[in-house]
Amino acid sequence: MAFRVRSGPIYNRRMAIDIDIAYVARLARIELSEEELERIGRQLGGILEHAALVQELPTDGIEPTSHPLPMVNSFRPDQVIPPIERETALSQAPESEEGYFRVPPTLEAE
Amino acid sequence: MEYEAVIGIETHVELATDSKMFCGCPAHFGADPNTNVCPVCLGLPGALPVPNEKAIEWIVMIGLALECEIAHRSQFHRKNYFYADQPKNYQISQFDVPVCSAGMLEIEADGRSTRVRINRVHMEEDTGKMIHIGGGGRIKDADHSLLDFNRSGIPLVEIVTEPDLATPQQARAYAQEVQATVLALGVSDAKLEEGSMRFDANVSLRPKGTGRLGTKVEVKNMNSFRSLERALTYEIERQTAALEAGEQIYLETRHWDESAGVTGGMRSKEESSDYRYFPEPDLVPIEITDTRRDAIRQGLPELPAARRSRFASLGLDPASVAVLMSGGLELAGIFEGACEAGADPKTIANWVTGEVTAFLRRESVQLGETPLTAEHLFELERLCAAGDLSSTAAKQVLVGVLAGEGSPAIVARARDLIQISDAGALATQIDQVLADHPEEYQRLRDGDAKIIGYLVGQVMQITAGRADPKVVSSILAEKARG
Repeated sequence: MAFRVRSGPIYNRRMAIDIDIAYVARLARIELSEEELERIGRQLGGILEHAALVQELPTDGIEPTSHPLPMVNSFRPDQVIPPIERETALSQAPESEEGYFRVPPTLEAE
Repeated sequence: MEYEAVIGIETHVELATDSKMFCGCPAHFGADPNTNVCPVCLGLPGALPVPNEKAIEWIVMIGLALECEIAHRSQFHRKNYFYADQPKNYQISQFDVPVCSAGMLEIEADGRSTRVRINRVHMEEDTGKMIHIGGGGRIKDADHSLLDFNRSGIPLVEIVTEPDLATPQQARAYAQEVQATVLALGVSDAKLEEGSMRFDANVSLRPKGTGRLGTKVEVKNMNSFRSLERALTYEIERQTAALEAGEQIYLETRHWDESAGVTGGMRSKEESSDYRYFPEPDLVPIEITDTRRDAIRQGLPELPAARRSRFASLGLDPASVAVLMSGGLELAGIFEGACEAGADPKTIANWVTGEVTAFLRRESVQLGETPLTAEHLFELERLCAAGDLSSTAAKQVLVGVLAGEGSPAIVARARDLIQISDAGALATQIDQVLADHPEEYQRLRDGDAKIIGYLVGQVMQITAGRADPKVVSSILAEKARG
């Protein structure tokens, strides 16, 4: 997927974080126009500024949290639950062939 | 300049749980395409994963067997990438806090033992299986691709070494030891040909004796221990030739082509940050207390190294031990079963590493697909010990049992192989032979002991090998003494 426009790095005033919007967009397979690159870059900068406020809080000795709820080990026992019918699974697919999902050829990334 | 290779191995092991990692779909191999699927493993929007508790227990077992530290608290991350084998566009994996880290596995290769450090062992999910149609099955020339999501979501454990291996032979020995370990733990069927165990190797070269690491190349697609060794041998030669020609080695992934015997470039390696890992918000952290860890450690079975040294202490030679250990659990298991019943270990080891292994290879079957049991081996050994079967006949009986002809006693009778040790029963045949060979009989009567061997052979011939040669020989010796 080609991008005609490549924006320069965007610097956040407070954090001096370097984000290459075009690169991030390419990783996410999102095609952005020059105008969008500029606008989204500005918005992301705003989000980072907001996050920077949190960064300023004293967090020494506090464990990083990856989940908002204070719980661990939410597991299920190793028991089989009947799967769904194949016809049901394939009914959502744009194309299928002999019980398989059929997809277009994969192109090499640039 | 002389170069030395630096090799690290990544091993993917599919766990043999009943259900998948994050949903209840069956996790077994070989079902019709897309019949073991649900919204979770199809990656449909809104479907929520719930981890399989057994898979977590098993990865801790693997980590402990590899002498790893077990993280008190660990979590899942999303590894983001775009490929049709993973429709939700991320694989649930682990990033900065794997369940297990900093372990060690000792291997024997190149005539010495090497301690291979394990960097990490982490939990993730397998992806769907993709078949490329048209263009000779290659991705870039394919007309379209077909997807089967039965494999999607099967619990997958990744074991990553430090770059501690120096030769293709060490790499192979390491891979085999990992397989033996997970088989001993009973957590995976570890079949390379079915893809339930897969190896990728990172290999770089450096001037011999220097400490720095060269540019590494990742080699993929080796689906046997032999191809792992061949691919690394090829890759080391390729890189040596390139460096000697003053060329640069590029950071890349190369694909091993088994039939051509070469590695070919695939794509330049993406940096790990390109996967934009972030904590999986749908899953809470995994907590493994010391108590839980120690309980799992208590339940660990005997590991291959311990088993190997125990077999050696039974008086078996290293080659037999290697064959018994190489057959997965099956050969070692039937050997142990027969020994526990009271059979002589050396006799059983000879049969298992000889006739049994040869039969399995000839018929291209697994031991479990034959009717042979440890009880059969014990029974056969008892028949030999009692003098009812000669060692030659025992081997024929063994093949008969493997071929499904029945228990050793039944096969021995049906094939008429029961040894005749009774002197009275042998008298008729011996007299017959003596009558047919008057010249030799005369020499025997003249006290020529050298003729006994010939006459024993004649008796064996007319009894179709069933006569006990020791008994025949002693009867003839008696006649010689007159």
